[in-house]
Amino acid sequence: MKIFDVKKIRADFPILQQKIKGKPLVYLDNAASTQKPYSVIERLDHYYRYENSNVHRGIHTLSELATEEFELSREKIQQFIHAKSFAEIIFVRGTTEAINLVAQTYGLSQIKAGDEIIISHMEHHANIVPWQILCSQTDAKLRIIPINEAGELLLEEYYRLLNPKTKLVAICHISNTLGTINPIKQIIDNAHANSPKTKVLIDGAQAVAHQKVDVQALDCDFYVFSGHKLFAPTGIGVLYGKQELLATLPPYQGGGSMITEVHLERSHYREPPYKFEAGTPHIAGAIGLGAAIDYLNQFNFDEIKQHEQQLLNYANKNLQSIQGLNLIGTAKEKTAILNFTVNDSRGMRIHGHDISDVLNTEAGVAVRAGQHCTMPLMQRFNVDSTVRASLAFYNNKEDIDALINGLQALKQLFR
Amino acid sequence: MMSDLRELYQEMILDHGRNPRHHCAMPEANRIANGFNQFCGDRLTLYLKLEQDKISLVSFQGSGCAISMASASLMSEILSGKMINEAENLFNNFHQLLTHDTTTLQQLPDLEKLAVFAGVKAYPARVKCATLAWHTLQAALKQTTEWVSTED
Repeated sequence: MKIFDVKKIRADFPILQQKIKGKPLVYLDNAASTQKPYSVIERLDHYYRYENSNVHRGIHTLSELATEEFELSREKIQQFIHAKSFAEIIFVRGTTEAINLVAQTYGLSQIKAGDEIIISHMEHHANIVPWQILCSQTDAKLRIIPINEAGELLLEEYYRLLNPKTKLVAICHISNTLGTINPIKQIIDNAHANSPKTKVLIDGAQAVAHQKVDVQALDCDFYVFSGHKLFAPTGIGVLYGKQELLATLPPYQGGGSMITEVHLERSHYREPPYKFEAGTPHIAGAIGLGAAIDYLNQFNFDEIKQHEQQLLNYANKNLQSIQGLNLIGTAKEKTAILNFTVNDSRGMRIHGHDISDVLNTEAGVAVRAGQHCTMPLMQRFNVDSTVRASLAFYNNKEDIDALINGLQALKQLFR
Repeated sequence: MMSDLRELYQEMILDHGRNPRHHCAMPEANRIANGFNQFCGDRLTLYLKLEQDKISLVSFQGSGCAISMASASLMSEILSGKMINEAENLFNNFHQLLTHDTTTLQQLPDLEKLAVFAGVKAYPARVKCATLAWHTLQAALKQTTEWVSTED
């Protein structure tokens, strides 16, 4: 293991050396997408220069090489989240596709009229809309776990919602908007205690880059995440599903790679994971994701977490100096996501888009402004646009200082 | 410091952004259109009272960033009493001011107060904020009741 040294880590990410409008880039939009280390960028370059070919097809050197590297990545992911078997790791385009896949395979085959699906008020649209589509296909009902003012799930309400009709609980590990770390082990155990037929999907998009995930210890039925929020390329993501559950599911898309035999009238499907991987996959992306995991494996997640928590405390303390700033998402257990609104000196709310433009121009700070793909959550807090600063392990105190300086400039402009 | 930003956020824009004029529903309107900016979630409803080819009254409701609110506010001011063809010319000139590098204010004298938006040109992502109200105006003049989007 390497010693955790932020300065050295920053040097591994070429984009962080860049200037924005003459100022060093301060990248605080990691919940939207993370930056890529040299090793990932170079791995993609190497793949396209020396290994590019289709996988699971040709009997030639390149195809064998590409297949080997592609499958090696699957094993790296298996180890990274501690899955029992490589067959439990399905390559998809990202979290969104993974959730849609579960909705249209497990959901459509197992969920019937009158059954219930539980989600929460803090879900990303990707963990809301696929279930709404499924409900309209099946006449199942969507149930919502409410949250408190701090942005924490009301667990008592969750326990009340569980009943014999509950077929699925789909919940985020960490909220992309609030940073809340949900007590997913408790949520999973209660779902399984409710009925062996109550399955749990965890949306891990915001978790995998910030803490160790062990799907066997969690005992979740499905766990999904995106590569690009884990320092890997866009367009690649992972669906983990328990092997015995995946074995019972119908295929998602039909096509090449997912079959053993095709006749003009009918076909035989391969076993998971291949059954769910029709067509040529994003081979370079998958190999890049493996490289990102290799990169992360140099570090200890406890140290990453500790560093991010220190920055969160530092930011929380310093943001208090900005008059009119209101933090949304103040859960006791939270990751380094700072979501806020700012009022001008007359008490009028400054729009998120104005704030992010000032931060970008004045301080080179990249943040997200708007609704963060969580419209129901924004309505819950009665705001139409907020600003979100989201951190990764390559951020440092200077980044937080730049954010504070930018906000001070904002206050000068919008007196 | 902040000279670029002051160019964008002129006092008049900050003023109209905070206290938008004609920011109300209009019961006597005979044209209503809704605008939506997907990029930032801004929404507005535009009300017009047309008397033949003349725009006699303009108002709007909605919320958004300082640029989009100020643009809707100033548009409502400048359009009152204008003929439809004058409004269309204004939009073309306004759009040109925001998107053409070589266009100068001297070439577009009829813009009047709208000239304060010249600084938006340096912020391409904000052009949509400044033009949302105008796109919605076009929809109202075409008498469509569909939501218009700035994604065209």
